[in-house]
Amino acid sequence: MHNKSLAELAKGLQAREFSSEELTSSLLDRLEEKNAELNAFVTITRDNALEQARAADQKIAAGEAGLLTGVPIAQKDIFCTKGVKTTCGSKILDNFISPYDAHTVENCNDAGLVMLGKTNMDEFAMGSSNETSYYGAVKNPWNLDCVPGGSSGGSAAAVAARLVPAATGTDTGGSIRQPASLCGITGIKPTYGRVSRYGMIAFASSLDQGGVFTQNAGDAALMMGVMAGFDPRDSTSLDRPVPDYTATLNESVSGLKIGVPKEYFSEGLEAGTAEIIQAAIKEYEKLGAKIIEISLPNSALAIPTYYVIAPAECSSNLSRFDGVRYGYRSDNVTDLESLYVNSRSEGFGAEVKRRIMIGTYVLSAGYYDAYYIKAQKMRRLISDDFEQAFKQVDVIMGPTAPSPAFKIGEKTDDPVSMYLSDLYTGAVNLAGLPGMSIPAGFDHGLPVGLQLIGNYFDEALLLNVAHQFQLATDFHKQAPSGYA
Amino acid sequence: MSIEDSDIKKIAHLARIGIADGDIPGYAKELSNIMDLVEQMNAVDTESIEPMAHPLHAVQRLRDDVVSEPDLREAAQALAPETEAGLYLVPKVIE
Repeated sequence: MHNKSLAELAKGLQAREFSSEELTSSLLDRLEEKNAELNAFVTITRDNALEQARAADQKIAAGEAGLLTGVPIAQKDIFCTKGVKTTCGSKILDNFISPYDAHTVENCNDAGLVMLGKTNMDEFAMGSSNETSYYGAVKNPWNLDCVPGGSSGGSAAAVAARLVPAATGTDTGGSIRQPASLCGITGIKPTYGRVSRYGMIAFASSLDQGGVFTQNAGDAALMMGVMAGFDPRDSTSLDRPVPDYTATLNESVSGLKIGVPKEYFSEGLEAGTAEIIQAAIKEYEKLGAKIIEISLPNSALAIPTYYVIAPAECSSNLSRFDGVRYGYRSDNVTDLESLYVNSRSEGFGAEVKRRIMIGTYVLSAGYYDAYYIKAQKMRRLISDDFEQAFKQVDVIMGPTAPSPAFKIGEKTDDPVSMYLSDLYTGAVNLAGLPGMSIPAGFDHGLPVGLQLIGNYFDEALLLNVAHQFQLATDFHKQAPSGYA
Repeated sequence: MSIEDSDIKKIAHLARIGIADGDIPGYAKELSNIMDLVEQMNAVDTESIEPMAHPLHAVQRLRDDVVSEPDLREAAQALAPETEAGLYLVPKVIE
């Protein structure tokens, strides 16, 4: 049962081949066993899940079920879940039980989806390997010595290992697409403003965007239908109609204009990954698409720009963690100043502190114009590059990450080399565009993802283009041995 | 770009993060490396470019000034390390 896709499970439930309680219970048993080696989940909500499953079964019996009622999923532990521990991968929130649900969680509950638990992640979503979590590193199911990518590494590993058919994620600089690539699954980061940030613990508010991991693009289309939509509680949520993302999946890609940025195939890209991406683009050519070389001249400056804007926003957002109202408070307190300093110093991990320090520095008196304003100007240039490109092409394609999964511990001593994992993804967040990663092949047994970048609100087109590739290939159907 | 030990002390204070004396040189080296990466931006002339704060030229949406959130004070304060009579407690600031 665990190997089935989201759509297949939904069909099985509707046909009464199995009940949601049977399905949920069977997935929970497997999850509890496999999680011991993967560390993909921080919290498993067995009792809540079985309760939700029984409620779903009643709805199905009463003929009141929706398309996805009774299907189990997982939530990244960045999304607030009422009455359930919500840690964001941090010691500072280790005791935090959210008093409310995130908009995404509400939407999933309303759709009748059953939450099996909360997935592990880099602390406050700051990382590209899931090694910065207070709860320890997540293992990549394709090779337990490797990272699953990050920051949504727990969600990606969980879907790759077929623990759940879908899991939510968030993407600030690549945190959905890069782990999707490294774990051989499908991941989508929608247009900025498409999925509400209400109840999604903030890292860099002008970049953060919720999305989802699934086995295939069709399932991602179903989940996007649940997650997308206007929410007045998020001040940057956009009031736009949500299309039926499944309606256009079967459209042909014949005549589609695909832009391939030459900058994405230069220094920094591993040869094995380059070959796989080029072969995937050839596959699209076979399907009738037109391949056009384009240029995104400021590509190489996306990471430098990102490492001003994201830390600046993070230093501001994370100032709320002060040991006063919720979360960890140090025992070593003599006055108000030591309450703040010691609670934060003991509660935050090394990477979070590093980013708060960079952000504080670039925003400090005398440096603001040189770094923060400069980065915002760069952000416009990077965004303009895409705008120019989309005058010529429908979709942009290239690698998601510069290499397949790397070894646990390989980059932890060198933050800059870790940051370069987001070489091809960060620019998309700076521009606010939608992006996807889909499985495109294997290099020495490790999956490699193809990145698709669309124009604003072109999620339906991206899902369609991804689905057409998945009709012609079977990379997305392969599961790691031991988890098939 | 070289960030000195004294800069680290100043930034740490602004950020209310305590750093042990022995860790300061390590931080200075790491932050210097990161700022070297950041300064690659300087290769581009951005003199006439308008800064971009948000994608999609989004402007802040306003709402009517009426109560829209439910009262969650008790639920929220149940999470606090220390409260009294609906207030959050911290160490004494004024003698």
